[in-house]
Amino acid sequence: MLSIRHIVKQYANHTALDDVSLEISKGSIFGLLGPNGAGKTSLIRIINQITAPDSGEIYFNNEKLNASHINRIGYLPEERGLYKKMEIGEQILYLAQLKGLSRHEAVKRVRYWFERLGVESWWKKKVEDLSKGMQQKIQFIATVVHQPELIILDEPFSGFDPVNAALIKDEILELNRQGATIIFSTHRMESVEQLCDHIALINQSRKILDGPLKAIRDSYRSQTFSLEYSGVLNDVTDTPLFEVKSQQVDDNGGKITVKLNEGVTPNQLLSYFIPRVTIHELHEVIPTINDIFIRKVKNLDPQAETNNIGPN
Amino acid sequence: MRKVLLIIKREYLSRVRKKSFLVMTFLVPALIIGMYALIIALSIRGGDKQTSIRVLDESGIFAGKFKNTKSVEFQTAALPLAQEKQLAAKENGGFLLIIPKNIEQGGNIELYSRKKAGMLTISAIEDQMNDILRTKQLKDAGIDPEMLNQINPNLSIESKELTAEGEKDSSAGAAYGVSFAAAILIYLALFIYGAQVMRGVIEEKTSRIIEVVISSVKPFQLMMGKIIGIGLVGLTQFMLWIVLSTTLSTITSQTMTVAAPEQVQLTQQDKKSARVAIPPAGESPVATIFKAMDTIDFKYILTMFLVYFLGGFMLYSALFAAVGSAVDSETETQQFMLPITLPLLFTYIMAFSFIVNNPDSTLSFWLSIIPFTSPVAMMVRLPFGVPAWQLTLSIGLLVAGFVFTTWVASRIYRVGILMYGKRSSYKELVKWFMYRE
Repeated sequence: MLSIRHIVKQYANHTALDDVSLEISKGSIFGLLGPNGAGKTSLIRIINQITAPDSGEIYFNNEKLNASHINRIGYLPEERGLYKKMEIGEQILYLAQLKGLSRHEAVKRVRYWFERLGVESWWKKKVEDLSKGMQQKIQFIATVVHQPELIILDEPFSGFDPVNAALIKDEILELNRQGATIIFSTHRMESVEQLCDHIALINQSRKILDGPLKAIRDSYRSQTFSLEYSGVLNDVTDTPLFEVKSQQVDDNGGKITVKLNEGVTPNQLLSYFIPRVTIHELHEVIPTINDIFIRKVKNLDPQAETNNIGPN
Repeated sequence: MRKVLLIIKREYLSRVRKKSFLVMTFLVPALIIGMYALIIALSIRGGDKQTSIRVLDESGIFAGKFKNTKSVEFQTAALPLAQEKQLAAKENGGFLLIIPKNIEQGGNIELYSRKKAGMLTISAIEDQMNDILRTKQLKDAGIDPEMLNQINPNLSIESKELTAEGEKDSSAGAAYGVSFAAAILIYLALFIYGAQVMRGVIEEKTSRIIEVVISSVKPFQLMMGKIIGIGLVGLTQFMLWIVLSTTLSTITSQTMTVAAPEQVQLTQQDKKSARVAIPPAGESPVATIFKAMDTIDFKYILTMFLVYFLGGFMLYSALFAAVGSAVDSETETQQFMLPITLPLLFTYIMAFSFIVNNPDSTLSFWLSIIPFTSPVAMMVRLPFGVPAWQLTLSIGLLVAGFVFTTWVASRIYRVGILMYGKRSSYKELVKWFMYRE
């Protein structure tokens, strides 16, 4: 769907993007993650042809990105807004027509979305008369009204209240089911973690990691388990099965985190504990994207040099 | 192109539909006609209420020779000086005019009052005194004043323009008036509509819709769409004003001409009784104005007005757009406005102090050729006659000028509109200009 190859973008006194390459496959939900100022918005602006890269190329469905692709992309910018004094219906019609829809088609599409989100009665209202939450719905309609094949959402849930965020999330997933490719860009990694199937981490204008979310997380598994129990646990240090990472003890039980030694299974771990304490919960400690990011940035990860875990 | 048309349509309709547009459209011609009517009415009616002047004539020359007019009434001051002064010092006490014995040797005439005397009152008294004194001195010199009355030349120069088609009546005064008005209108319009472009850009920037829009269209398309849309609003406004004013003034002229005969009699009466300055007998001021208007080539001036308004607007509004893109709010525009307003302001001042008096001088020539100053300067030069080659050169350069400013402005604009919350400087603007894309 979208192939980003060796993009470099330089501003007067800093490099916004340094040789960034990404492959985004059709129908995927792609998370473009990284802290503020990492270069996400610069990359998105290049995809939207708002700015051009200094070098590198982008291919949209195997065609070199050009002006004809603009109408096939829907973009919800981080800095968003609408004309304050323009009627909402007219405004969305205008934006839809700017995306290449005929007036007739635009009217049909805008009506459809207004009904879908239950905002038909706002057609004649002005933006300044709407609440923030209402404006967010309208803004979302403006992004998707022209049935884009690629939807780019920059910090989509910042500024959305929880009710609207959930509503919009459902709509995005529905559009994805219908075939649209979605790019989420955010610095709040936990907010999109469950949604994305692919992610890329960007830090200080470089891509530091990308691949399918599951594969990335699997590669960061370290055979670490956390066990909650009640009873008294004595002397667990002397065992060939695992080493203790941490242990908390309270009045009638505690929680212990252990790293299994090579070749040991969780079942063996359980057999070790069953005669000693009452087990309440055992789960594997898998790092969150945020943890992975921090480890990656701080270079704590032993496999730090093997960046690419290519798409399976 | 379709997208630019869409932008033009939105910019145009969103402004034309505003209430303020309608108000301006009807208010301005009404004001112009109102002022016009007021001036005519005042020139017919003369001053307001009668002022009473008590005359203490120590010379004895003027006794009984003052004539009351509509605005001034003369009385002989019979009381002693001190009492007369007290009288004049009272509220609404009127004026006390003291004429010294040595008036003919250049003695000072004094006018006492509680309020300061108005210019009109003073000149009315001066006129009468001059007249009386002259008559007396002529008489003393042995010239019969009766004979003098018959010798009363009343000249007025009728100017004729020599053109290829022969001679035609021209009224320099009226032509000046119309093209000066056009120059002022261009000056104001460049500011008013230029500022609208700037405000439009700032609005898009502060409301943050800009990024949504330029993910659909190129910044250049958006800028041009906005400039053309607002330019058309300006044209629409002018067209409506012209249509409304012509209709209104035709109506006014018809009612005024009907009223004219009455008024001619009035002026002649005035002449007999008070010898106030009046226009040549037999023609009312209203008729003079309308007659003069007939001799102006409106089509020519109007065409030139539209050409220079559009050219100047395109030139300056691109710069206004660049300024708008560089700031986050209107209050920050100050630092960038000076270089834009300076050439306009300079031409405006020069136009009415220098160009009018020296329309064919080298400076006037250059001011009307340089694109930044030509829209105002050329309008002022027009009634004096401008050779075709100069007009062509001036318009050609104006077109080149707006192509150039649009190019410069669009390079600043495309970067500026995406810079939020950054205080920009001239250095910054140059940097933006240099960005490749």
